[in-house]
Amino acid sequence: MNGKPRIGVYVCHCGTNIAGTVDVEEVVRFAQTIPDVTVARNYSYMCSDPGQALIVDDIEKMGLNRVVVASCSPRMHELTFRKTLNGAGLNPYFLEMANIREQCSWVHEDSIAATEKSKRIIEAAVVKARRLEALDQKEVDVEPATLIIGAGIAGIQAALDIADAGFKVYLVEKSPTVGGHMAQLDKTFPTLDCSACILTPKMVDVANHPNIELMTYSKVEDISGYVGNFDIKVRKKTRYVDVSKCTGCGDCASACRQAGRFANEFDEGMGMRGAIYLPFPQAVPAKYTVDKESCLFLSKGKCGETPKCLEACQPKAINFELEDEIVDFKVGTIIVATGFDVFDATLKPEYAYGVYDNVVTALEFERMVNASGPTGGKVVMLERGKKKKKKKEGEEEEAPKVPESVTFIQCVGSRDKSVGNEYCSRVCCMYTAKLAHLVRDKAPDAEVTVFYMDVRAFGKGFEEFYDRVRREGVRYIRGNPSEIYRKNGKLIVRAEDTLTSTPLEHETDMVVLSVGLCPRTDTRDVIDLLKLSQSSDLFYLEAHPKLRPVDTASDGVYLAGVCQGPKDIPDAVAQAKGAASAAMIPMASGKVKVEAQTSIVDETTCRGCGFCVEVCPYTAIELVEINRMGWHVKAARVNEALCKGCGACAAACLSGSIQQRSFKDLQLLPQIQALGVK
Amino acid sequence: MCAEELDFIEKYDLLGCIQCGRCTGGCPVATRTPLRVRGFMYDGLNEERLEELSEKPEIWDCTTCFTCAARCPKGLEPLEVLIGLRSLLIEEGKVQPTVRDALESIFKDGNPWGSPRSKRMDWAADLDVKILEPEDEEKTDVMLYICCTDAYDPRVMKVAQALVKVLKAANVDFGLIGEEESCCGSEVRRLGEEGLFEMCDEENVEMMNSYNVGSIVAISPHCYNTLKKEYHGLKHPVLHYTELVAQLLEDGKLTLNTEMKKLITYHDPCFLGKQNDIYDEPRYILTRIPGAEYKDFDRCRERSLCCEGGGGKMWVETESKEERLAEIRVDDAKEMGAEVIAVACPFCLLTLEDATKVKGVDEEMRVADILELLAEAL
Repeated sequence: MNGKPRIGVYVCHCGTNIAGTVDVEEVVRFAQTIPDVTVARNYSYMCSDPGQALIVDDIEKMGLNRVVVASCSPRMHELTFRKTLNGAGLNPYFLEMANIREQCSWVHEDSIAATEKSKRIIEAAVVKARRLEALDQKEVDVEPATLIIGAGIAGIQAALDIADAGFKVYLVEKSPTVGGHMAQLDKTFPTLDCSACILTPKMVDVANHPNIELMTYSKVEDISGYVGNFDIKVRKKTRYVDVSKCTGCGDCASACRQAGRFANEFDEGMGMRGAIYLPFPQAVPAKYTVDKESCLFLSKGKCGETPKCLEACQPKAINFELEDEIVDFKVGTIIVATGFDVFDATLKPEYAYGVYDNVVTALEFERMVNASGPTGGKVVMLERGKKKKKKKEGEEEEAPKVPESVTFIQCVGSRDKSVGNEYCSRVCCMYTAKLAHLVRDKAPDAEVTVFYMDVRAFGKGFEEFYDRVRREGVRYIRGNPSEIYRKNGKLIVRAEDTLTSTPLEHETDMVVLSVGLCPRTDTRDVIDLLKLSQSSDLFYLEAHPKLRPVDTASDGVYLAGVCQGPKDIPDAVAQAKGAASAAMIPMASGKVKVEAQTSIVDETTCRGCGFCVEVCPYTAIELVEINRMGWHVKAARVNEALCKGCGACAAACLSGSIQQRSFKDLQLLPQIQALGVK
Repeated sequence: MCAEELDFIEKYDLLGCIQCGRCTGGCPVATRTPLRVRGFMYDGLNEERLEELSEKPEIWDCTTCFTCAARCPKGLEPLEVLIGLRSLLIEEGKVQPTVRDALESIFKDGNPWGSPRSKRMDWAADLDVKILEPEDEEKTDVMLYICCTDAYDPRVMKVAQALVKVLKAANVDFGLIGEEESCCGSEVRRLGEEGLFEMCDEENVEMMNSYNVGSIVAISPHCYNTLKKEYHGLKHPVLHYTELVAQLLEDGKLTLNTEMKKLITYHDPCFLGKQNDIYDEPRYILTRIPGAEYKDFDRCRERSLCCEGGGGKMWVETESKEERLAEIRVDDAKEMGAEVIAVACPFCLLTLEDATKVKGVDEEMRVADILELLAEAL
């Protein structure tokens, strides 16, 4: 840009957000007096159509070559106004935002002082605008493939949408089967659809889809690169079963010497499995897996004369020589759909979970009411950790006792500062209502009580379902229980009926703890892989809570499902579809623009200390050998495709050899000076 | 809203309460008294009602066991509201004579039991124990802080004597403060006498800081809690004796050689367990007594039942037709066949021992402090 700077200053009222505190007329009068300012105006909403039109008009008619918008944070509308400049034929990087909302009107009450501060901020912005340079935004090609981490309902749905649109999907799941938590559920609220009936077809689809490469029992080990060009490394853990030969017949599992000796994770430890197992009958893929820790042959080196599974397997699929496999591939976009853990109820010792057999978590109860679960769908009293007596000849097995009363406790591990979870888990009120309904259904003689502090029935059909369950005779008592103990063989739930101020010692046979949803314990692993951020609840942080709910701060990386925050199945599916759509945008266009405000190294002064390499969070800088007047020396070099323009290197550089475009010393220092900092 | 009352709401963060009911639900005395602490969290928002609330007799039923606070999902401490209401009453001088006498005795003689300071060391008369000197150049490892109840109550002083015996057996370098020792003020604060508590805090911290010791070991969980968490500027680390003794056993410095063929259970003091998370050390000690069998109460650790000895209850009787919690505790112990209820708190010792007498089982069931059992097992 040649010639004298001709700067336009646009002061936004933001309704009363700014104009309620700052005297915008006065600010404009002042701006008109700053050197190089050609025009200064104020308008109610600069981001609106007529507001942007003002800028375009002035650029065209007055020949403006720099624009200062005095409004909100650049995080809010910098992109908006860059587009405005671009539309008027001006390089978008000739824009400078002066933040007089978050940094001024919102945080000050004194109108006169706030007006003066706005003037300073704007003058400083003008000083910087004078020194702005035009930048080129480069484009890179996008690999038309997506990596999806996690194959619960969110990952499955996103995979199907993207694959159906014609793009390649790599779906990576840690456990031996897809399906996630939804596969563990019996019915879904509020419609009481059978969970398996609606999920299983989708599980089969992801396994068979020509565009989906499904990797179960696998772990993403490394991710490098940038939007459009990510390099992925996945470890496919060995199942010690040749999946191309395994027919899923199950002969191995019945033959296993360890059959029925280990808690089956899928049944929340209530059902048992052997060392070789299928988590549940509808597992996808229907291939057996040997658990290394519980297999006698793999852990002790000996399993009788020969392992019984080897003898039993007709297609000879079991092979203890098999090893993990490492797979490398390239993708353009990534969706994180890693889901959640349920709250660990032992962290609320007052409920004696783990002490009394019949204090169970809702997910355990969910397995119990599930027809394919450990009790065949019957609601029965549990005797945990007790070995089954050997049946004598002709002796009938004693039928397990049906509880005479079942009591639910809501908000276990949710809305609870004492365990660090301040948030509402959003699903417990309704799954409690659903489980209470199922008890009425399966044990009609049992009394059902729900202790609650608020019932949050906010979704479609939720309130109606809550009404129905109450009318079925489920007793709702407003008061969150404080303690459980045992008296005369019964569980005593201590609570207060807060509506009548009556302390209760509620006698019951079984207590179901409605445990909340928590970030997974391995949350850190994915953060380390992808540099994701967490919100204060420790779920993954979206780029914007309202307008970019599926994006992350890393371009090309998206979130789906509960890993972003608690949500029910319809919300998880909706978000998965959103993430799929977001991931397809760069793939459909085939190209993405990369950050223009990147760092540049002056190789003539760089001392090659490597400090910048250490501080760069995006591994965008490397030390290279250069020839400096005949001397071979090390110097930093920035990979502009990887650089996100965070500025850490420029701030850290000891010799001042790194400058960040649009934030160069020659641009920033005069701006700071203009703020009155000497 | 006037400033003072706004202070009340802010001080106890009453606006943070969501009325979930976990406080009253877990309150051990709610089953036998009219106390409904959640109601006070709600009614306290009405500034005009504070005086009326402070005059409700049930605010004196609170044992300050801390269950309501431990269970609160919003991190509030409902018991403090009751203490605040007691303060309002005390400020106006409307206070029961028993409470007034105890407070006066602390002010005058440094103990709540109406006994002169000159008798404070009678319990240790024949024990040949080092009395510490302030500003001593030579450092003593452990300063024992003897609770007023241990010092003056003829039953409880046996516990303090047992502690001396145990520490001597383990060759611990320890000493006593002597007649200069004064009440920690734990009960003072909980009776609502804030001003007197501030005095206890200031004077005791200054006095204790003047000694050259490695740590202070408290015998009562109530003193331990106050020294550790409520005092300002105390420079010595504070331990409960169960922490010290467990360590001595673990390090092999204390050995137990005498068999005690009894079924022992342990009653968790609220001020040790719920308030300071010390659950394992007492059990570690008891399970090392030769010949003894150990069994937990069904209601133990975080779910333990209060004995009703704290929160100033030594000086305020609860009127109720329902059974005392200490009596329930004795019934439970009897049902599991326990021969000894071990405790680690002078108040628990008194309330539970009294309950065995009321229940007529004092012949077959013994209530003893862990220290007494240890001294016998040496």
